[in-house]
Amino acid sequence: MQIPAPFDYVRASSVDNALALLDRHGAESRVVAGGHSLLPMMKLRLARPDWLIDINDLYELDYLLVDGPVLRIGAMTRHTTLLESDDVRRLFPIITDAEHVIADPIVRNRGTIGGSLCQADPAEDLSTVCHVLDAVAVVRGPAGERMLSMAEFHRGPYETAVAQNELLIEVRVPIRAGSGSAYEKVERRVGDWAVAAAGASVTLAADGTISKATVGLTAVGLDRNVTEVEAVLVGQVPTEQLFAEAGQLAADACDPLADQRGPIDYKRHLADELTRRVLRVACSRAAASVPDVTIQEG
Amino acid sequence: MTILEDRPSNPAAGDHDRPIGHGRMQRKEDPRFVRGKGRYVDDIVLPGMLHGAILRAPVAHARLVSIDTSEALAHPKVLAVITGTDLQALGLAWAPTLSMDVQAVLVTDKVRFQGQEVAFVVAEDRYAARDALELIQVEYDVLPPVVDARKAMDPGAPVIRDDLPGRTDNHIFDWEAGDKAETDAVFASADVVVKQEIVYPRVHPAPMETCGAVADFDPIDGRLTLYETTQAPHAHRTLFAMVSGIPEHKIRVVSPDIGGGFGNKVGIYPGYILAVVGSIVTGKPVKWVEDRSENLMSTSFARDYIMQGEIAATKDGKILALRTNVLADHGAFNATAQPTKYPAGFFHIFTGSYDLAAAHCTVTGVYTNKAPGGVAYACSFRVTEAVYLVERMVDILARKLDMDPAELRLKNFIRKEQFPYANKTGWEYDSGDYEPTMRLSMKMAGYDELRREQKEKRERGELMGIGISFFTETVGAGPRKDMDILGLGMADGAELRIHPTGKAVVRISVQSQGQGHETTFAQIVAEEIGIPPEDIDVVHGDTDQTPFGLGTYGSRSTPVSGAAVALVARKVREKARFIAAAMLETRPEDLEWEKGRWFVKGDPSVGKTMAEIAMGAHGTVALPEGIDGNLDAEVTYDPPNLTFPFGAYICVVDVDPGTGHVKVRRFIAVDDCGTRINPMIIEGQIHGGLTDGVGMALMEIIEFDDEGNCLGGSFMDYLIPTAMEVPDWETGFTVTPSPHHPIGAKGVGESATVGSPPAVVNAVVDALTPFGVVHMDMPCTPARVWEAMQGGTRPPV
Repeated sequence: MQIPAPFDYVRASSVDNALALLDRHGAESRVVAGGHSLLPMMKLRLARPDWLIDINDLYELDYLLVDGPVLRIGAMTRHTTLLESDDVRRLFPIITDAEHVIADPIVRNRGTIGGSLCQADPAEDLSTVCHVLDAVAVVRGPAGERMLSMAEFHRGPYETAVAQNELLIEVRVPIRAGSGSAYEKVERRVGDWAVAAAGASVTLAADGTISKATVGLTAVGLDRNVTEVEAVLVGQVPTEQLFAEAGQLAADACDPLADQRGPIDYKRHLADELTRRVLRVACSRAAASVPDVTIQEG
Repeated sequence: MTILEDRPSNPAAGDHDRPIGHGRMQRKEDPRFVRGKGRYVDDIVLPGMLHGAILRAPVAHARLVSIDTSEALAHPKVLAVITGTDLQALGLAWAPTLSMDVQAVLVTDKVRFQGQEVAFVVAEDRYAARDALELIQVEYDVLPPVVDARKAMDPGAPVIRDDLPGRTDNHIFDWEAGDKAETDAVFASADVVVKQEIVYPRVHPAPMETCGAVADFDPIDGRLTLYETTQAPHAHRTLFAMVSGIPEHKIRVVSPDIGGGFGNKVGIYPGYILAVVGSIVTGKPVKWVEDRSENLMSTSFARDYIMQGEIAATKDGKILALRTNVLADHGAFNATAQPTKYPAGFFHIFTGSYDLAAAHCTVTGVYTNKAPGGVAYACSFRVTEAVYLVERMVDILARKLDMDPAELRLKNFIRKEQFPYANKTGWEYDSGDYEPTMRLSMKMAGYDELRREQKEKRERGELMGIGISFFTETVGAGPRKDMDILGLGMADGAELRIHPTGKAVVRISVQSQGQGHETTFAQIVAEEIGIPPEDIDVVHGDTDQTPFGLGTYGSRSTPVSGAAVALVARKVREKARFIAAAMLETRPEDLEWEKGRWFVKGDPSVGKTMAEIAMGAHGTVALPEGIDGNLDAEVTYDPPNLTFPFGAYICVVDVDPGTGHVKVRRFIAVDDCGTRINPMIIEGQIHGGLTDGVGMALMEIIEFDDEGNCLGGSFMDYLIPTAMEVPDWETGFTVTPSPHHPIGAKGVGESATVGSPPAVVNAVVDALTPFGVVHMDMPCTPARVWEAMQGGTRPPV
């Protein structure tokens, strides 16, 4: 049995209570939601908080809501809820794709979107997904709420803009007509962290050309989005050649490290390969939502 | 070949036709497991019990400069902190290994692998014990490590075992089998010779239950009770007596329910000894249970063989000879568990299932700054490495000759009429009939259709592979004249008592770690004496309650202990004949046996059942001279030979050409383990072993960085397969009984682990044929497969 260093534990009863507890216990307190990242780190004594503030009673943050032009996802929404949601599958299949390959059912039953984003692991899937979907993070602190783009939210590996006395409470994802999205990951074993993964979201205009496109990468040393691809894709009719061009840009943009999951060349190759695959699927899904548009072969 | 009909399973209570003996009955031990009522070492709680934790070395090679335990001792819940110096005073700093080497119990001079035991804390609870580890201050003088076995014998390489007098290098042993001159001559004149370096990387058995012990030394009567995760309780008792000085009759070793062993729980680990010392020092019971990282980093790993293989053949595909030089990485202490005469285990059965003109192998063992071990993970004493080598080499030859690998195998099998077959490295295969087994697997797979499908897919750029492995195991160690571990002959005892009411208890010397002994051994007795298996209790795992024997590993339970049980039951049956004769006032030779009953020849209505005879034996019947008033017997079984189970495995994979990801689509396994006792249990063992094989082939490896840091110290880093990685297993069987085993059984526990890795790798390599890939080493991770497609992977070590 792996045993963490001694710590104290308190269960928050509301968002305000959680914020008050964070304030009271200060820098050495940590919020625990699903606990699938923090608890293993504590058991290995890599993380040693003095206080654990358990927010699993904050049911007020466990919701999925289509609210006009946005999907609002409460920070305590479990992976399983996202995986099983018909609204999510219809509006943002990239989320469903990603949830299929996040860990295993036991982890998905406990893990939350808020925990995933705040952990900011470079190999974490939902961070890429939220970047690709232009999601907005709603963060609450003593001074009230602030809205952060994902670029503002993420400050790098394991680092976010959420201050010690703040809590991520909601993720808002803009709904765009004529869009399709997809996510694909290569892993050594089901449930392992990604060797590499890619996500894409594409919006098609009525004439079948791409009006908006975003590609993001996971676990390859890039802060998520391959910004270069948008200029290449927008205004073009989707073709295999175009996807290959985007793939090349993704391979060039990433900066992977060699580790037990694979060497640099391979990960760079996956950035290319997976970018092409997710664009292919995203375009075809977008086309399915825009009548009269078909994707040209070749 | 004969195929026995499985008796139908019959869960309906009260049905008199339920299977006894050979049959698919449900496991007698399962009710307690499925209800969460198993009793494992960590479930044992004794009054006043304390808890131990081990401080482990953070580096692979370092002089121990100083160790300061004062702060830990000041912890309010800590009762003792034991260091190597303390053990030295007791003469316990070093303990013998199962390979005639010594291993440090706690470091006194030098750390020799990362994770090695440095100090032992005994505290009131396991939390305090862990906390106190951080209060021990240790100063190390870090030394350059030997990580790469290929460089272990380089001149100037750091000498790891400077504790051994006169030691100037890292060499452990050289060993060989077969005739070198004869083999070289065959190679020199062969049409075709193919060479390949084949690496079987370091893997770990990773049993679900980690290792642990509860030691309870009673200072009043000097008696030690030791609850341990051990596959060999009797051997451990003897070794503890030899090491500790506690007389053997004062030691009781109990191996309760064990959550998987796979060879990981054969040796004696420092933790067990430390629990005993902790109990002696404190006068209270001490529990020590390692965590997952400790298990992966410090306990017995498996394999780590770098094999240079060569195969010689005629141009029309007659295999003539095999030879190999092996570099074996044994880690920092030579602690492999195998019969004393065989430092490379049974690797010299690397001639496999083929009739060869010559064969020769050499094995060189070296020390490195890594955890000790090497013989584990259901390897049948390194038959795993042997089967992997020969089955890869045969596939490589098939490619060279442009022959179908199934056809090449069929052409070269030892033929049925050649058994018993003496191979070129000293084995006598007891029995075999390979072709029908191979043909059955091909039929089940639809082999020709699969090849057609593969051809079509290749034309479309899709990567599909079909891999074959035909293995011959050698299990059931072993004959006393050849086989011992530290001088203890590899025999097993069995005792059978029939109680007056006709219920029975059979006491065996082997210990189950999940194999289902409580069921299958009852079934063997049931078959022999006709009492239902439900009425036969199987007692095992407690040295005070069972006869001496060497334990469960190397698939030896059924071949050795199973034979002992069959023979003891026959002894009881024969004794029952005399008692029945007395009861019936007739002569023993006038009685005839039918299952469960002796009756008068020619008058079947006159007879006595085993229950009646048991009551008679314990009752007032006048017994013939020389017959005791009981219905008990005991035997010790010394097997005349090993048994040689075999099987044909076919694996079908699909490889994603864009990512290198391998999906195992189908796996067909036809096993021949001789007479089958409980087909359901056999299938369970096969399913587990095949899953192991897929794990090793695709993902499992314990790697080290250049500093000797273990990179496989958690299940995030050391991947083991799940249901998601494996297909629905397609199993079949043939039955070629062992001619020398009392019931013809051969053992099956390790067959699938031994036989399946080459089938998976052969399938992956086959899939990569369009890229010119002839060989790739395990694990076939997506990255390594992709590298192979780009022109070759690096060896994993």
